[in-house]
Amino acid sequence: MIEVLFFGQLTDITRTSSLACEAFADTDSLIGHMKERFPGLRSAMFMVAVDNTMITSSIPLKPGSRIALMPPFSGG
Amino acid sequence: MEAPYAYDRYQRQLILKGFGVEAQDKLRRGRVLVIGAGGLGCPIIQYLVAAGVGHIGVADPDKVSVSNLHRQILFGADDIGAWKADVVRQKMQRLDPDAQIIIWKEQWMHPHCLEFFPQYDVVVDATDNFASRYMINDAAVLTGKPLVFGAVSQYEGQVAVFNCPIAEGGRSVHYRDLFPDPPQDGEVLNCSEGGVLGVLPGIIGCLQAAEVIKLLTGIGTPLANQLLTYQLLTQSFFTLQLSAHPMAGQQMPGSAEAFLATDYVALCDIARQGIREMTVEEWRERRRSFLLVDVREPHEQPRLGGMCSAWSVECEELPLSSFSDQLPLLAHRDLVLVCKAGRRSLLAASIIANKRPDIHVFSLKGGVDALIESQMV
Repeated sequence: MIEVLFFGQLTDITRTSSLACEAFADTDSLIGHMKERFPGLRSAMFMVAVDNTMITSSIPLKPGSRIALMPPFSGG
Repeated sequence: MEAPYAYDRYQRQLILKGFGVEAQDKLRRGRVLVIGAGGLGCPIIQYLVAAGVGHIGVADPDKVSVSNLHRQILFGADDIGAWKADVVRQKMQRLDPDAQIIIWKEQWMHPHCLEFFPQYDVVVDATDNFASRYMINDAAVLTGKPLVFGAVSQYEGQVAVFNCPIAEGGRSVHYRDLFPDPPQDGEVLNCSEGGVLGVLPGIIGCLQAAEVIKLLTGIGTPLANQLLTYQLLTQSFFTLQLSAHPMAGQQMPGSAEAFLATDYVALCDIARQGIREMTVEEWRERRRSFLLVDVREPHEQPRLGGMCSAWSVECEELPLSSFSDQLPLLAHRDLVLVCKAGRRSLLAASIIANKRPDIHVFSLKGGVDALIESQMV
C-alpha cells in the first residue's frame, strides 16, 4: 500500500487529508490515478514529495512509500 | 551592548547556552526588512524588536480595518483607519525607543526591492498574495539576500528560508524551485476568501521570527532547503526536503532589467486576461437573462437558494473544485459566476471562456460579499 497526503486547499477537492491506495509503479501513474479519482486536482497546482523529499520528475514507488501533494499557500 | 539597561533587558536570552553578549550584539547590528504588517508581520516585527534587533524596515500599504483585529494583535480598536505602518512605528518605538523603525506606506514595487534589499541582512516575506511573493523571491535571489518565507492557508502554514548561504557552499533553494510559475490569484484562496484562525499566522510569524534570529546570530540550523508545514487542527509539523528545480532558473528574470520589466500583478491576475466583470447593480438590472452559477464550495455560507427564489433568478451550484478537463454540461449560454469575493469566479470564468467560447460568461464583481453589502442576501 501507498499513503497519499494532501495539504492546504487540496483537501477541499479530496475531502480527506490522507488516503491509502494500492501500489503504483511510479509517481506519474499514481498522480494520474489521483486526477481520475479527484478531477479537481487536474486544475490544481501542487508539488510532489516522496518520503518527505521533493521530486521534480517521476520516480519509481515502493510499497510503503508516502507521497505528499503540497500546494502553494498565499495567505498572510 | 551600549544601553545601560541592556543587560537587564535581555538577561533571559543572554544567559542561554550558545547565545550571550556576542549574539545580542549581532541582533543589535542586524537590519531586517519585513514586507507586510498583517497577520504574519505583526508577531514577526514585535518579537524582533523585543529581542533587540536594531533596525527594522516595515512596508505595508494598508490601513487597519476591523476584520484585521482577530489576528493582527499589534493593532487595537482605536487604530482602525490608521496606516498600519504608522501604528507599527509608534508601538515599536514604545517597545524599544532605541530601535530604528523605518516605514513605507506605499505598495512595494520592483524599484523598491532593488534599491532597499541591499541595505538589509535578511528579508522577510509576510505578504498575502502571489504577485508580491514572486516579486520578493526574485529580488532576493537577484540581490543575494536570505529570504524568510511564511504563508498560511485556512488551518495550515508554511515556513522556509530561501536563498540562504549553506554549509556545503552555495545557497539554499528558493520559491521558484518549489513552484516555478506563479499560480493565478483566485486559484489559491487568501485569508479573506478561505478564512484563517487568528492564532495561525501568529504561530507561523513566530516561526519566521525565530528563523530571522537564527540567521542574524548564527545559532542553530536555518530551515534552508526545507519546507516546514504546520497543521493547527492536529498540532503536527511536516517537513519536506527541497531540491533545485530544473525549471526554476528558466522562469525567473535573470537580470535587474528583466526583473524591472516583469509584471508580477499581470502574471497572477486573471482579471487582466479579458474576463468581463459585472457589478451587483448591473446584474440586478439584467439578472433574468443570466444563469447565476455559484462556484463556491458546498460548505461556504450563506447559500444563495433563498435569494435566487426571492429575486426570480435561475441558479446552479458548480464548485470550482469540481471543474476539470470535462466541464459539466451547461445548457444556458449566458452565465454570471459568483464566489465569496469575486476572485475564484474570475478564475472559473476564464476556465469556461477557454473551453467554451460559445458561452457568454461574466464574473460577479465583489461576489457574495457585495450581494450582502447591497442587502440582496
